[in-house]
Amino acid sequence: MIKFSDEKLKKVDEIIARYPQGKQKSALLPLLHLAQEEFGGWLSVETMDYVASLLKLEPIEVYEVATFYSMYNLKPVGRYMFEVCQTGPCMLRGSDQIIDYIKQKLNIGVGETTADGMFTLKTVECLGACGYAPMMQLGKHFREHLTPEKVDAIIEECRKNAAANN
Amino acid sequence: MARKLLLEKAHVEGIRGYEVYRREGGYRSVEKALKTMTPDQVTEEVKKSGLRGRGGAGFPTGMKWSFLAKPEGVPRYLVCNADESEPGTFKDRYLMEFLPHLLIEGLIVSSYALGSKSTYIYIRGEYAWIPDILEQAIEEAKAAGWLGKNILGTGFDCEIYVHRGAGAYICGEETALIESLEGKRGNPRIKPPFPAVKGVWDCPTVVNNVETLAAVVPIINEGGEAYSKIGVGKSTGTKLLSACGNINKPGVYEIDMTISVEEFIFSDEYCGGIPNGKRLKACIPGGSSVPILPANLLLKTAKGETRMMNYESLADGGFPKGSMMGSGGFIVLDEDQCVVRNTLTLARFYRHESCGQCSPCREGTGWMEKILKNIEYGKGKMSDIDLLWDIQRKIEGNTICPLGDAAAWPVAAAIRHFRDEFEWHVQNPVESQHRNFGLAHYADPLEVVPA
Repeated sequence: MIKFSDEKLKKVDEIIARYPQGKQKSALLPLLHLAQEEFGGWLSVETMDYVASLLKLEPIEVYEVATFYSMYNLKPVGRYMFEVCQTGPCMLRGSDQIIDYIKQKLNIGVGETTADGMFTLKTVECLGACGYAPMMQLGKHFREHLTPEKVDAIIEECRKNAAANN
Repeated sequence: MARKLLLEKAHVEGIRGYEVYRREGGYRSVEKALKTMTPDQVTEEVKKSGLRGRGGAGFPTGMKWSFLAKPEGVPRYLVCNADESEPGTFKDRYLMEFLPHLLIEGLIVSSYALGSKSTYIYIRGEYAWIPDILEQAIEEAKAAGWLGKNILGTGFDCEIYVHRGAGAYICGEETALIESLEGKRGNPRIKPPFPAVKGVWDCPTVVNNVETLAAVVPIINEGGEAYSKIGVGKSTGTKLLSACGNINKPGVYEIDMTISVEEFIFSDEYCGGIPNGKRLKACIPGGSSVPILPANLLLKTAKGETRMMNYESLADGGFPKGSMMGSGGFIVLDEDQCVVRNTLTLARFYRHESCGQCSPCREGTGWMEKILKNIEYGKGKMSDIDLLWDIQRKIEGNTICPLGDAAAWPVAAAIRHFRDEFEWHVQNPVESQHRNFGLAHYADPLEVVPA
């Protein structure tokens, strides 16, 4: 059975306290973010049920929210997820070529994960970095002004990072 | 050099931290408002300033505030809309990232005016590193006595919380945002009741954009009347524009709404012109939902007047011959760009972001994307262009929230102004796969229609 650490449970209480009493459902989005970070980068049914129990919600209330928002992963993803923007302003600055380059470099299609479980390629819609296009989200941060060389460097950086943390 | 009210101090080293921000005159507006003004007087100043909502709709902020219901014993809430997701728009991100205390200061003054003791910043989930910046600013402001209980000994209590979304453009619509803040799917509500009467947790609520709330700071510092004298007509004050696409200097600029569109694109102070000596083909001047204009209608209005960067001038000519200031997301297309492809990416965006509640939007956005895909990839028919027109017309005005309109307008404007390019795609299915239609006649001077 999964469970947050005591430290994370303190964080859970802190988040719930931001909202008026009895309105703990408001803490659902922040708790799903926290759970996704803690339990492997995606939301399994078990994880969602656990979040439901923390907020005294019916599991369905959690499922219907988790399936609505694009940042919650409902399937396992690679250790590093490249979320490349493909909307108009990024397209004007060459995002199609960047997506093609990543596909070729990692030998995967959009929505796929490399065989070693290291990388997932996802295309996303406008992330608000239009002036710094083309761009991708990698974890918490944006990687902007992408070029094939920059993509190479990012892949290298992820591999090194993974090796150091294994 | 235009006057800057918001970004004036953006480049001061260390301005993100409290000490420097305060030394540079920060939090004066909180002192002034809480110690010398009543909440209603603050609202009155905002009314006088003529400030219009900076999120896209341009509704007068002071009026919105005055609609807030104030029943006895019921809490009221201010919610800051930081769900910035309109393609082309990244100004709020800049403000929050580099001037977090300016937003916090504006939030405290606005919370005081509205009587909000718990104020929420709803920030889009993808801006995942910004909550840390905002929460640090909140901590610093609290430690310095600008937040918490009995602020400045006035008896006013206020807390600010950051609430992170999780990836949904629709949550920028205020009632969807409220649903999301309540921990639900971001399905917009039917209005009325308006949030001013029944908002978050069924309490009276005001939802304002980040830039709008930051603008309250200079309004209180300098007075509403002084603010209203900056700009022109009903476009008062300054506006942040986020410029992107095919320009030399993409970025966030503050303008006082007295410059021309041409100056904004070509002067070195702003966008710095178009790279590689290319010519201007088209522009979406206010975020992806507003009508795209070809170069000839962008720089001059149908009456032959110079088009200016303000609410009225950008809208001059209505939808047939004008556009909108919108969110200030300024997207420039050079002569090499394909309007069909650009429209396809926007149609895909709206299909992806439709919440699915209303059939015209849920189904219509999907159809529009499919038809545009066919045209773009050489499988289109001439009748598809009329079909697209028909679908967008059936979405517009037939949905609970404005996402339907936002999805319909870019398609309508693209067909209205660039029909030749769509037809060329259909007639040249092979050639259009490796060559673009180009600039064609889209920059040629237009015949001026006498007013």
